[in-house]
Amino acid sequence: MVEFTLPKNSRVTDGKVWPKPEGATNTREFRVYRWNPDDGKNPHIDTFTVDLDDCGPMVLDALLWIKNKVDPTLTFRRSCREGICGSCAMNIDGVNTLACTKDMGEIKGSVKVLPLPHQPVAKDLVPDLTNFFAQHALVQPWLQTVTPAPEKEWIQSKDDREMLDGLYECILCACCSTSCPEYWWNPDRYLGPAALLHAYRWVIDSRDEGTGERLDQLEDPFRLFRCVTIMNCSKACPKGLNPAKAIAELKKLMVERQKT
Amino acid sequence: MKSTSIRTPIGKVRGLGSAKSGTEHWWEMRLTSIALLPLTLAAIVIVISLIGRNHAAVVQILGSPLVAITMLLWVYTVTLHMRLGLQSVIEDYIHGKAMKTGLLIGNTFLTIVLWLACTYAILKLSFGV
Repeated sequence: MVEFTLPKNSRVTDGKVWPKPEGATNTREFRVYRWNPDDGKNPHIDTFTVDLDDCGPMVLDALLWIKNKVDPTLTFRRSCREGICGSCAMNIDGVNTLACTKDMGEIKGSVKVLPLPHQPVAKDLVPDLTNFFAQHALVQPWLQTVTPAPEKEWIQSKDDREMLDGLYECILCACCSTSCPEYWWNPDRYLGPAALLHAYRWVIDSRDEGTGERLDQLEDPFRLFRCVTIMNCSKACPKGLNPAKAIAELKKLMVERQKT
Repeated sequence: MKSTSIRTPIGKVRGLGSAKSGTEHWWEMRLTSIALLPLTLAAIVIVISLIGRNHAAVVQILGSPLVAITMLLWVYTVTLHMRLGLQSVIEDYIHGKAMKTGLLIGNTFLTIVLWLACTYAILKLSFGV
C-alpha cells in the first residue's frame, strides 16, 4: 500500500526555538525543517526569528540571514539568487517554489520552510534528486538526427523555433514533479512533469529526427499515462511554464499515430 | 527490488523498459466518458420514470426495445469505464506485488460478473421467460 504515514524515525517533531534578535522591532518567524543524517534524531521544525530590517525581501534572504547570523549549520542549496539556476527549490508555506523569487511579504503569519516533498532528504532542506535527474537523462534531451550534420548549423524556421517557447525555459528545479501525487506514488516508473516537458520539447523540435523512437520510449502506462491531469505541476512552476499542457500534447501525439 | 541491491540511477529508471502500450487505455477512457454523458442522463431519466409504478408497468417500460437497448449500452459502458478507472486506482495505490496482481484480476472478474448480471436482467425483462 501507499504509505500515508511516515515511518517512526521520520516523524517530524518540534525542534529548537532559537533566541530572538536583540533590539529588533520588525521581525518574522520562520519555521524550518531540520534533519541531520549523523545525529540519529528525528527530523524537527526549528523556529527562528528573523530581523526584517537587517534582511532582504525574499525567503532565500531570510534563510541566508539565519545561516549567517544564527545557525551556520542550516543546510540548503542556492546559487544564482535570481530564479535561473533552480537550486533553491523548496516547499515554502505549503507550495513548491524557489526561495530566491518568493517574496515573504506574500505569506501570512510564520513562514514554513520544508524540503521538496516525497524525495529522500540528504540534510535539512536538501533533497536527493538523483532519480529526478536520471529520468531527465532517460528522455535523451539532446538533438538526434540521421541526416549527416550540416557544415554549419541545423537550421530552423522562425515558426518552428517559436514552438519551443514555454518549454526551453525549464530550469529543472523539480518543483513540478515533486508537487505531483502520481509522482509521489510511483516515482520509479512515472517520469513526472519535468522530464515529460523536456521529452516534449525534443519531440516537437523541427530539427530532431528521433521523434518516433522518443514516442516509443514514452508509450507506457506508467512513464507517460500515469498523468491524470490534476495540473499541480503547472500551478507549482515558478517559471510560469505549463508542463500539464506538454504532457497533454504528448498524449495527443500518441493518439494521432495510433487512432486517428 | 531488494533493499541491498546496488543499481545505477539510469538502470533503475530504465527498469523493464517501455511497455509500448497505454494509449489504448487512455483512448478507451475518453470514449467511454463521452458515451456516458448522454447514456447516464438517459438512465437517470428512465429510473426516475419508474418511481411509484407497479411491477407490471416497470417490466413493460424496461422491456420495451428503446429503453432496453439504452440500458444495455449504459451497463456495458459504465462497467468498462469502471474497470479502467479502478485499474488506475489499484496501480496508483497498491504496491505489494501479490495484492496488486490479485486486485487487478479481481477487478476484471468483478466487472464481467456485474456486466453479465445486469445484461441478463435487462434481457430477461425484454424477452421474459
